[in-house]
Amino acid sequence: MTHFIDRRLNPKGKSLANRQRFLRRARAQIREAVQKSLKESPVADIEKDRKIRISTKGTREPRFRLDPRAGGEHDFVLPGNKEFMPGDEIKKPKNGDGGQAGKQAADYVEGDDDFEFTMSQEEVLDIFFEDLELPNLVRTTLKETPNRTWKRAGITTAGSPNQINLVRTMRNSFGRRLALKRPSLSEIEGLHAELEALEQENPEGEETQARIIGLKEEIARAEAKRKWVAFVDPLDVRFNAFAEQPVPASQAVMFCLMDVSGSMGEREKDLAKRFYMLLHLFLRRRYGKVDIVFVRHTHDAQEVDEQEFFYSRQSGGTIVSTALEKMLEIQRERYATADWNIYAAQASDGYTQSGDARRCVEMLNNDIMPLCQHYAYIEILDEREMEVFASEDSGAELWRAYRTVAEGWENFATKRISKPADIFPVFREFFRKPETAS
Amino acid sequence: MKPVAPLFREAEWDFETLDRAYKAIEEIALNELKLDVYPNQIEVISSEQMLDAYSSLAMPLMYSHWSFGKLFAREETLYRAGYSALAYEIVINSSPSISYLLEENTMPMQALVIAHAAFGHNHFFKNNYLFRQWTNAAGILDYLAFAKSYIAACEDRHGREDVEAILDSAHALMDQGVFRYSRPPRASRERVLEKHRKRREYEAEAYSELWRTLPAGITPPSAPLIPEPEDESDEMRLPEENILYFLEKHSPVLKDWQRETLRIVRTLAQYFYPQKQTKVMNEGCATFVHHAIMNQLYDKGLITEGALLEFLHSHTSVVFQPEFDDKRYNGLNPYALGYGMMADIKRICEDPADEDRDWFPSFAGSGDYMAVLKNAWANYRDESFIEQFLSPKLIRDFRLFALHDKAGESAYKVAAIHNENGYRPVRTMLARQYDVGLAEPNIQVAEANLKSDRRLLLQHRMHRGVPLNEKTKSLMLAHVERLWGYDVDLDELEAGE
Repeated sequence: MTHFIDRRLNPKGKSLANRQRFLRRARAQIREAVQKSLKESPVADIEKDRKIRISTKGTREPRFRLDPRAGGEHDFVLPGNKEFMPGDEIKKPKNGDGGQAGKQAADYVEGDDDFEFTMSQEEVLDIFFEDLELPNLVRTTLKETPNRTWKRAGITTAGSPNQINLVRTMRNSFGRRLALKRPSLSEIEGLHAELEALEQENPEGEETQARIIGLKEEIARAEAKRKWVAFVDPLDVRFNAFAEQPVPASQAVMFCLMDVSGSMGEREKDLAKRFYMLLHLFLRRRYGKVDIVFVRHTHDAQEVDEQEFFYSRQSGGTIVSTALEKMLEIQRERYATADWNIYAAQASDGYTQSGDARRCVEMLNNDIMPLCQHYAYIEILDEREMEVFASEDSGAELWRAYRTVAEGWENFATKRISKPADIFPVFREFFRKPETAS
Repeated sequence: MKPVAPLFREAEWDFETLDRAYKAIEEIALNELKLDVYPNQIEVISSEQMLDAYSSLAMPLMYSHWSFGKLFAREETLYRAGYSALAYEIVINSSPSISYLLEENTMPMQALVIAHAAFGHNHFFKNNYLFRQWTNAAGILDYLAFAKSYIAACEDRHGREDVEAILDSAHALMDQGVFRYSRPPRASRERVLEKHRKRREYEAEAYSELWRTLPAGITPPSAPLIPEPEDESDEMRLPEENILYFLEKHSPVLKDWQRETLRIVRTLAQYFYPQKQTKVMNEGCATFVHHAIMNQLYDKGLITEGALLEFLHSHTSVVFQPEFDDKRYNGLNPYALGYGMMADIKRICEDPADEDRDWFPSFAGSGDYMAVLKNAWANYRDESFIEQFLSPKLIRDFRLFALHDKAGESAYKVAAIHNENGYRPVRTMLARQYDVGLAEPNIQVAEANLKSDRRLLLQHRMHRGVPLNEKTKSLMLAHVERLWGYDVDLDELEAGE
C-alpha cells in the first residue's frame, strides 16, 4: 500500500478564497444581476441558491488573438468529408456560430459571452445586505421576545418526590450499602439454613451446641445491622433540578395585507412585493421559522396564496378594516402570541371608504398593535401624487388616520413610496435603530 | 498457462484491490511495454476536490487569484447542471508523478485510469524532449509552494488590489511569456537582493567592537565573499519574443516584487508550454498505453469480460471523433487523432500495405512497433509527429479535408481532400494547424526608447496576412502599458516587410 494516498478527507473548498475574490471582482455586475433575479422570483425564494448571469465586463481575461476574418488567409483541416471535391466552394456562415467552419473561426475571437454561474444563498444575501446596510439593523432594532422554558440544571439533594432521579438515588444507596457491609437477605437465609441443618442433625453434641449458639448470635447481629443500615437512606436520594431560562421565540409570522382593488395596478403590486420580500428576508435572518400569510382585500378580505395575491385582480370597493379583521381572526386561530412573533406589512394606495379609517385606527390601537412586534404601512402613490403630498401631514383620509396611530406606537411606521428606489431607504428608516432618547 | 483468478469482480473498489491492480499494471508496463516512468504517487479525491483541482490549472497548489475562482464558478455550474462530466483523472508532470483518481470511478475505471495516467502520461512526461528540456519535474511543486507564499506575502505587504493588477496583466501576456529557444537561466533580481541581505546579516552578526582596537595596519578578517551574480547587464537584446521576460528585466516602473511576480507567471507559462505543443501526442500516448495494458490484463485472465466491456465502452467514447457537420463537433479530438495515429503505426509495423511501404520505408513491416512509438514519444511534438507519421490510411479513415479561407471572400475553398493528390497537402496543413508558433500571434518587442519618451514598440509579424483581433488588442495594450508604465505601440507587419 505504498502508492496510494486517500485525500478524500482533506478539506475541500480550496477554491473558496478564489471564488470570493471573483465575486468581489465582478461585484458591480453581480449586484445588478442579483437585483434583477430577485425581482423575478417569489418572495420566499430569496433564500435559495440561484443562477446568475453576468456580463464578462470587469472579469475579462483578454489574450492576443488572431482574427482571420479581418484579413489574410489560412487553411484548416476538418474530419468527415462526404461529398466535397478539391476546388469546391462552401459558403461561409454569416456569423460566428452559424456553422462548423464558422465556429472554427470564432474560436480565434475572445467571446463576449455572458458568464453564467450559481451563487449560494449566503452570497446572494451578502449582496442584498450590502445594498441595504442591513447587518447593523438586524442586530439593533428587533426587540427580543422572551419565552421562558424549563431546562435541566443538574442534580440536587432537595426536591419534590416526583422529580426523584432513581438511577442516581439507587447508585448512591448501593455504594453506601457496600461500604457499610450491609448483609444481604441471601446471606441471612444461608445462616438460617445452616442453623436448621445443625439442629436436626445432632443437637446434643457439645461442639454442635456451641456452633448453634454462635450461629444464632451471628444471625442476630446481621439482622440488627440490616436494621440500622437502611436499604435506601435519605442521604442517598437525589432529585433532578430544573431552572427557568429565557428563550427567544424562534418563529415569526408575517402578515402581508394589500388592497387589490382596481386602483392597484401592476406597478403598485410590484413595489409592494419588493417591500414584502425585504421584510421576509429580514425576518428569515432573525427567526428559525417564518410563516407568510397573504391577506388581500377590496370591500371584503380573503386569505390567498402568493400567486393570487400578486397576480389576480378583484373588483369592488375598498374597506381596509376588513383586512385587519381577517388578520386578527387568523392570528387568533393559528398564531398565539406566546409562540409567534407577529409582523404585519400593509400596502395600499391610500383609499378607503369614508369613515372606515376611524374604525381602522380603533382596531389598530386596541387590538392589533398590542400583539405586533412591528406594523409597517406603506402607501404607494404615483409620482405626481407624491409631489402633491410632499408634506408628511397632508394626505388622504387613511394616511392622516394612520399618522395618529403612529404617534401612539413606536413600532408602527408609515411611509409613502412611488418608485423602486424609494423602497430601500424607506425600509431602512422603518427598522432604523431609534435615536436613543436617554 | 494455469488459470489465474481475476484481480477483481465487483465494481466497488478498495485500497487493497487498487494495490493489486496497480502491481499487475506496473508489471505489464515496466516489463512488457518497457516504459520508463517517474515514481508514482496516486491520490484518491472526491468530486468536489476534483473541481477544486480543475480551477487551479490542475496543480495541487497555486497562488490565489480571482480568475481561478471564475473558472471554478463556471465548472461548478456546468457540472451541477450535468453539461459536463468530470475528468476521470488528473495527472501532474512532477517527480514523483501525482495522479488523482476520482472516488466515484468503478474498479475497472480505476484500473484504466492508473494505466492511462500513472504509466501513459507519466512515460510521456519523463521521456519527451520538450518536457525534459523545459520543465523541471522534481522542482515544480517546491516552486509552486514558493510562488504561493511569495504572492501571499506580497498581498500582505502591498495590498491585494496591487498584486491582482500585476497578476491580471501578467496572465494576459502568458502566451507571450515563453522562450521558444533555449537560454541560460539567470538569477532574478529578487534573489540577488536576497543574497545581499544574507551577506549584510552575516556582517552584522560577525561584527565585533574588538576589531576597532586593532593597531593601524592590521585589517580585521572580512566576511566570506559571496560570489557576485553574473553580470546583470541592462543591455537589451532586441528583438525579444518573450514580452514578460523583457518587461521583467527592463520595465522602467516595476518594483522588485512586481518583477518577481512576472517571473513566477512566466515560469508557469514556460512549464505549461510543452503541454500545449503535445496535446495530441500526450493523450495519444496515454490512450495507447491504457489500451495495450487493459487488453493484456484481459489476456492474462486478470480482469473479467465485464470489466473489459466497461473499459471498451469508455475507451470508445474517449476516442470518438464527431464529423465536422455533427452538432457535437468541437474540433479534432486529440485522443482520437493521437490514438488513431499510434494504433496505425502499430499496424504499419506489423501488417503494412504496399502504400505504407512507400510512405514509411524506414519502419513498415519492422514488427517492433514499440521502438518506433518510443522514438516518436521522445523526439517529436504534435506538429512534427503529424508531419512525419500521419498515414494515407488514417487520412482516409478520418475523411480529412482541408479548407482554404481568405478573408473577404464569401466562401471557403476546398483545398485538398483524402485522395492521392491530397494526402501530402492535408498532412502538411494539419501539422501547421498544430504548430503553436503559427496558431499564436508572433509578437515581439522591437524597440524601447529609454532615452527620450520611453515609448515601447511591439511588432506583430503577421503570418499570411492574418491580423490581430482589434477588440482584444486594445485591451491587451492597456495591460502592457500597465507593466511598462509608458506608451506602447503595436505595429502589424506583413511578412517580408
